[in-house]
Amino acid sequence: MKTDVTITINGEPRILTVEPNDVLLDVLRTTAGVKSPKIGCERGDCGSCTVLLDGKSVRSCLVLGIEADGHDVTTVEGLDDAALAGLEHALVAMNAFQCGFCAPGIVIAAAELLGHEPHPTREQVQHAIAGNLCRCTGYEPIIDAVLAAAEERSVTA
Amino acid sequence: MRILAGGTDLVPWLRDDLITPDLVVDIKRLPGLGDLDVVDGALRIGALVTFADLVASPLIAKFLPMLGEAAGTVGSVGIRHRATLVGNICSAVPSCDSGPPLLVHEAMVHVIGSEGGRVVPIREWFLGPKQTVLDRGELVAHVTVPIPPVPRGAAFVRLSRYAGEDLAQASVAVLSLPEGEWRVAFGALAPTPVRAPAVEAALSGRQANDGAIADALRLVPDAIAPITDMRASKEYRMAMAGVMLRRALHLAETRRAGAGPAYGTAVM
Repeated sequence: MKTDVTITINGEPRILTVEPNDVLLDVLRTTAGVKSPKIGCERGDCGSCTVLLDGKSVRSCLVLGIEADGHDVTTVEGLDDAALAGLEHALVAMNAFQCGFCAPGIVIAAAELLGHEPHPTREQVQHAIAGNLCRCTGYEPIIDAVLAAAEERSVTA
Repeated sequence: MRILAGGTDLVPWLRDDLITPDLVVDIKRLPGLGDLDVVDGALRIGALVTFADLVASPLIAKFLPMLGEAAGTVGSVGIRHRATLVGNICSAVPSCDSGPPLLVHEAMVHVIGSEGGRVVPIREWFLGPKQTVLDRGELVAHVTVPIPPVPRGAAFVRLSRYAGEDLAQASVAVLSLPEGEWRVAFGALAPTPVRAPAVEAALSGRQANDGAIADALRLVPDAIAPITDMRASKEYRMAMAGVMLRRALHLAETRRAGAGPAYGTAVM
């Protein structure tokens, strides 16, 4: 039984028609056309579908689209300059991604961390992105880049 | 009928057709189920309280820090933002991380249904893998956890292959209380989380010294019934249960004395 939901996606209210068993990940990609959250494990293990739901990171494969009715969803497309400050540059400069499949989820997780912890330790970064699987890099350049972004922000602030 | 709170277990089970409920009821907009407060000397943890809420709660840090320690080991940040403690005991997988801490804290499960309410001791809650005493049409409103007397010390020790997603291969919760009382429970080492009364009796009235620990460890094989699965062999689980219990006993005793690593520090 299809039903209409209103989800604010990256600041824009969208009225979307969903089945009750559609997961938010599929609603975002197929119904709303927002493609950055990636379909990986579809069971909450890999983190490639991570989005912010009312400002908190969640696995969009584990949330039903109808649960998001009336809520705010932010994907990497919707992160503002403050959330991305220094982060994009550091990730690119340090070759932190190779295939890039994990990137949208890791950027969300890293932006969330830096939002409430401006000066994270290496362990805090590891903790924040644990559960965002990267099969290319071994994580070290990603962690280095998040720490560099934090450093960059504290210098320019 | 199935109740939907965080959905971190329910949604993948639905997708895989492991469950085929005629009805899924989302309870997130019901009032009063998100409470996390102190009532009559116990912490009341509502059905919508997430593991992230527990990790961040000053009440948990003050009164039940080992439960916060266990909450911090669940899944990833994104999982903890959704997954609830009540959902965890309703899913009732053998590795459920809240099982051993709630067992040693002797929590009570407050159930409501169309016939009224009932209160179930956590020890009677788990029936088997993914099976509890909850009946169709019933709902867990909250769990209450008595604040233990001081001086107290506790430890939750969890073994998994990697951080961020893996279910526990084994877990141990230890609570050290005044007058030499010890409580011990294991997770992922039997069809349900289990208390270990014989192990507790061997420790009763004793310090966690080498002799007491040796006596306790001898009783571990009879307290658990590990199996071999994709995460670990039963032999490995059996061996690690002893290692983890030893560490947890030391940790709980040290913390009871006001020392030792902060709650949440990984020791495996």
